[in-house]
Amino acid sequence: MAADLETNLALLKLREYVPEAVEDARIFRDEVTLYIRPAHFLHACEFLRDEPGLKFSFLADVTALDLYPQEPRFEVVYHLLSLETAQRLRLKVRVAGENPHFITAIPVWPAANAFEREVFDLFGIVFEGHPFLRRMLLPEEWEGHPLRKDYPTEGYR
Amino acid sequence: MPVTLERIPGKEERVILSMGPQHPSTHGVLRLVLELEGETVLRAIYDIGYLHTGFEKSFESKTYSQGITLTDRMDYLAPLSNNLGFCLAAEKLLGLEIPARAQWIRVLLTELTRIQSHLVWLGTHAIDLGAMSVFLYCFREREEILHIFEAVSGQRMMTSYFRIGGLALEPPLGWLKGVEKFAKSFPARIDEYEALLTRNPIWLRRTQGVGYISAEDAIAYGLSGPSLRGSGVDWDIRKRQPYSSYEKFDFKVATRPEGDVYGRYLARIEEMRQSLRIVNQAMEGLPEGPVKADAPHIVLPERESMKTSIEALIYHFKIVTEGFHPPVGEVYQAIESPRGELGFYLVSDGSPKPFRCHVRAPSFANLQALPKMIEGRLIADVVACIGTIDIVLGEVDR
Repeated sequence: MAADLETNLALLKLREYVPEAVEDARIFRDEVTLYIRPAHFLHACEFLRDEPGLKFSFLADVTALDLYPQEPRFEVVYHLLSLETAQRLRLKVRVAGENPHFITAIPVWPAANAFEREVFDLFGIVFEGHPFLRRMLLPEEWEGHPLRKDYPTEGYR
Repeated sequence: MPVTLERIPGKEERVILSMGPQHPSTHGVLRLVLELEGETVLRAIYDIGYLHTGFEKSFESKTYSQGITLTDRMDYLAPLSNNLGFCLAAEKLLGLEIPARAQWIRVLLTELTRIQSHLVWLGTHAIDLGAMSVFLYCFREREEILHIFEAVSGQRMMTSYFRIGGLALEPPLGWLKGVEKFAKSFPARIDEYEALLTRNPIWLRRTQGVGYISAEDAIAYGLSGPSLRGSGVDWDIRKRQPYSSYEKFDFKVATRPEGDVYGRYLARIEEMRQSLRIVNQAMEGLPEGPVKADAPHIVLPERESMKTSIEALIYHFKIVTEGFHPPVGEVYQAIESPRGELGFYLVSDGSPKPFRCHVRAPSFANLQALPKMIEGRLIADVVACIGTIDIVLGEVDR
């Protein structure tokens, strides 16, 4: 990965072709994180997947962070990989804590299906447009979402 | 209510069959719901979570060093690969340099892990499809590798041998003799498995053309590891994003164009041979030197110096009672585990415990391709397809 944000090809191209999409960009230990505005998310993803020279065709992972009590409370995290250039990229989208919902990435990467179900199960973030958004690791009648920070590790809630 | 498939009105003759979770061919506790017409699978969905233990939540209440013991309990067939992934992620977070000897021993042991994991896969896969003897041979060889693990770490399976900053301790004298003995005998053993299977007409009928997945679909569904390479995609993290000095080793990425169960079988067999090459190179060129990084606030001191030096004693006390404070930040470290891309996503808020530790489990992602492989096929092929994606349910459910 390029060690400098200003020379990062994904960021430069994204700024040029989908100028509204990038809200913020960070770099830590040579790993680039782009904060994407929710309204432009799918468009930006498609661009990153198809653009020659980028080709982030492999969605490695989707997960989330709970920043409780901060607001917006959640960050949905996408880890992309380009099999052609062997580059990785992290996308983040901020999601509000009240009735958290976002859109599904399945139209861009079918692999998002199981990952988003897991995030829904453990964080309670609803992905609109997901064809089968049900609990996956926990029983259907389970209450609460264990990976939220206000859910205790031990004892009764 | 457990997950189920809805009946389609007017198609009442179709059977909805729940297969598992206690089914021997599911290699753990995987449940499938199949819609059958005769013996043909029309629709399939999978149901998981029977082994869910909340590892990711547990990480948040343990220090980084304590977290290592959780990792080998996820993919219990490849404990050292999981140790390695977690340690590399933590080391990246800390910006820690690992001595060459520790890196090489890590490579050697993770390649042995790959071989023994593939042996379990081959043995169980073969027994699922009716070849009993292969199973017995595979477990014989696997035991030899587990003896090596026991020699270096004291444990056959839950090794926790890699630590943040290097290895737990220098391997015992003479441990390489065991590795050498194994490496010498193993090529003939692989030939033996191949003699039993590769041109066996029953094996060919059960595997060729079964569970086909194209390269495009494999990428789209997030398949990785031998399951991806079996569809002709030349992608191996050890080659393309080398870690732990893999760039110093000469090996070939085992890719097969077939995309079916047979192709993935050949890819894994070749991978065992390549892993053995890496093991041999690692034995030959194993550098001398320390096996722990020089970072007294992270790596536990030697027992001896703890008793003679007050600084070492203080560091020991601090690391054990409080842990260490990595900088605020986040890292994602992926390694090529026997099953594919194993990623650890660590987020630090500066405290001694991870703010979040997420595991990108290859089995979890690979399982997504299963319905695609079995829909439209016979129910007997379902067993072949579960075997071919080589899932470990401990890792799927975490």
